[in-house]
Amino acid sequence: MTKHRLFWPVVALLALLLGDLIVHPAFFAIEFRDGHLYGNLIDILKNGAPLILIAIGMTLVVATRGIDLSVGAVVAISGALACLHISGLGDQNSLGGTLAAVGMALGLALALGVWNGWLVAVLGIQPIIATLILMVAGRGIAQLITGGQIITVNSHPYEWIGSGFTFGLPSAILIALAVFAIAAVLVRRSALGLLVESVGGNPEAGRLAGLRSARLIWLTYVFCALCAGVAGLMISANVHSADGNNAGQFIELDAILAVVIGGTLLTGGRFSLTGSVIGALLIQTLTTTVYALGIAPQAIMLFKAVVVLAVCLLQSPVFRKKLARRRKAAPPPAAVVPEKVEAGV
Amino acid sequence: MTTLDRIKGYRPRQRHLPILATMAMLIGAYVYGASSYTAFGSGQVVLDLFINNAFLLVVAVGMTFVILTGGIDLSVGSVVALSTVVSADLLQNQGWSVIAVIPAVLAIGAALGFGMGVLIQVFEIQPFIATLIGMFFARGLCYTISTQAYSIDDPTVASLAQTQIPLGGELHISIGVVVALVVVAAAAYLLYGTRFGRTVYAIGGNPKSALLMGLDVGRTRISVYTLSGFCSALGGLLLVLYKSSGDPLNGVGLELTAIAAVVIGGTLLTGGSGYVLGTVLGIMVLGIIQTLITFDGTLNSWWTSIITGALLFAFIVLQRLVGRRAT
Repeated sequence: MTKHRLFWPVVALLALLLGDLIVHPAFFAIEFRDGHLYGNLIDILKNGAPLILIAIGMTLVVATRGIDLSVGAVVAISGALACLHISGLGDQNSLGGTLAAVGMALGLALALGVWNGWLVAVLGIQPIIATLILMVAGRGIAQLITGGQIITVNSHPYEWIGSGFTFGLPSAILIALAVFAIAAVLVRRSALGLLVESVGGNPEAGRLAGLRSARLIWLTYVFCALCAGVAGLMISANVHSADGNNAGQFIELDAILAVVIGGTLLTGGRFSLTGSVIGALLIQTLTTTVYALGIAPQAIMLFKAVVVLAVCLLQSPVFRKKLARRRKAAPPPAAVVPEKVEAGV
Repeated sequence: MTTLDRIKGYRPRQRHLPILATMAMLIGAYVYGASSYTAFGSGQVVLDLFINNAFLLVVAVGMTFVILTGGIDLSVGSVVALSTVVSADLLQNQGWSVIAVIPAVLAIGAALGFGMGVLIQVFEIQPFIATLIGMFFARGLCYTISTQAYSIDDPTVASLAQTQIPLGGELHISIGVVVALVVVAAAAYLLYGTRFGRTVYAIGGNPKSALLMGLDVGRTRISVYTLSGFCSALGGLLLVLYKSSGDPLNGVGLELTAIAAVVIGGTLLTGGSGYVLGTVLGIMVLGIIQTLITFDGTLNSWWTSIITGALLFAFIVLQRLVGRRAT
């Protein structure tokens, strides 16, 4: 069972929750108020939704051996454009106007995904560099859209995306789950997932086997940017404002960590959408725990570093081998097992 | 052959094209600035580029080594911040003297870099992830030490910070610039004059053949990350001199600027090809754009990031074209 890819991430998540239960039993209290659910667990889902979304998009990109550093910038840009449009509406609560704003923001996110995908799939630039361009320029673009200001909006339909409730559950998590379901059905019920894995496993072989690798890779960047666009709407709707400079800061790194914790290899080839969702939940649980336990929120990064280091080491084959060797060597009279000679380098 | 013929017959080598483009752009930007604003033409503006960016230059030199091996170091911004916060804390709260603080800070940076190098080399964790962990770790440590900026009123720091080294006329440079230039010279010597430097290039070119050639890939790779951690810590100390304060918010996004400077300076991100001098030019180009935007006054600061992105794009495409023709 320990061999299963999702074993360690799930254990880490459960261990964290168990720790919460012991140290702070009220952590699990869930209240039902005004037809809405409240509590730390609900907060984890609500605040974790943007990260889950981006992690889903990032998983597919990583599966093709890529990486998308620009998602944080896309978050800032899509939130900025939506808020700019809504703030210009005569009636900010108009559903049509809000929908138009959402449409424009997602359209722009789509275009940014097309740009990233073009650089990677057509020009053949290394993904990390190709998306670095938008990562660097994106914050400037977001500030250009907002005119360097923080735009505040007051629109009920828009708020629904970030902090609204549907059937008692946060709408944000429902949106994230819907995207997860669509992605999972697409990649697991059709050949698409297999194709993505073969492009990531060996692009050259995939191409020779007749795969349209470039088009597939392009598609993953567009999907990833769209996910980031939706996440940007959630984040800005949650705080009723768009901040070009700070919205979605470091979220690309959190998303990549979530993907890695979830067992997807950055070298491409195999991926696990469920793993990424668990990874994202782990990171969000960590954040919520730190807040709930009253530890200085500034320590979150330190905690993140330690947890991620532990998960990465446990996943590292070299580390496991060393650990196993030490365990075997522990009983004193143990016969010396000849070490396996490793072939190749 | 006369000199003129030689100039006419000069065809730059393919691999020198990006660095020549950077140089042309630097000269172009300077000429444009000097013709638009009278004050821009003074030599001090050029020296100020060095004074304002000395710490960044040191960080980018360390990053150059890492990128030459085909790796990446995302932790540099956080390590810079950690150095400023640790220096401020030791000087202001613990009463340490400057003489003791400097080696302590450098040792912390080098130790962090060494740790990341071990994760990458021994445990085979990808550089991206290992240095990301380092980034979170160092930034988290900063906030644990202090959540706000301290100003440093140590007299030695103040006198070092205010020291101006005259260069004749009205011109002067700071101590930071001298340190940065020494680092650049040392890095250039390490890369072009030593076995270590050749191993760095070899690893970037093809790590497997480097290993088969009998080069000490493991030790070199760990050294490169240690060096980058050391350079980041030194950059942090220069930032302390420049700002006379320590701030956990220092250097957010600095790793991107450093990577951008290295790329604009013509170093291939896949490793194996590039120059320290290119990195110096890359820093100068980014600095001069900032200066131009400041002089212009009507453009807002966010144009800096948009123009930096556009430049990155231009240089990456250029490298791509050069690379394609070469193969």
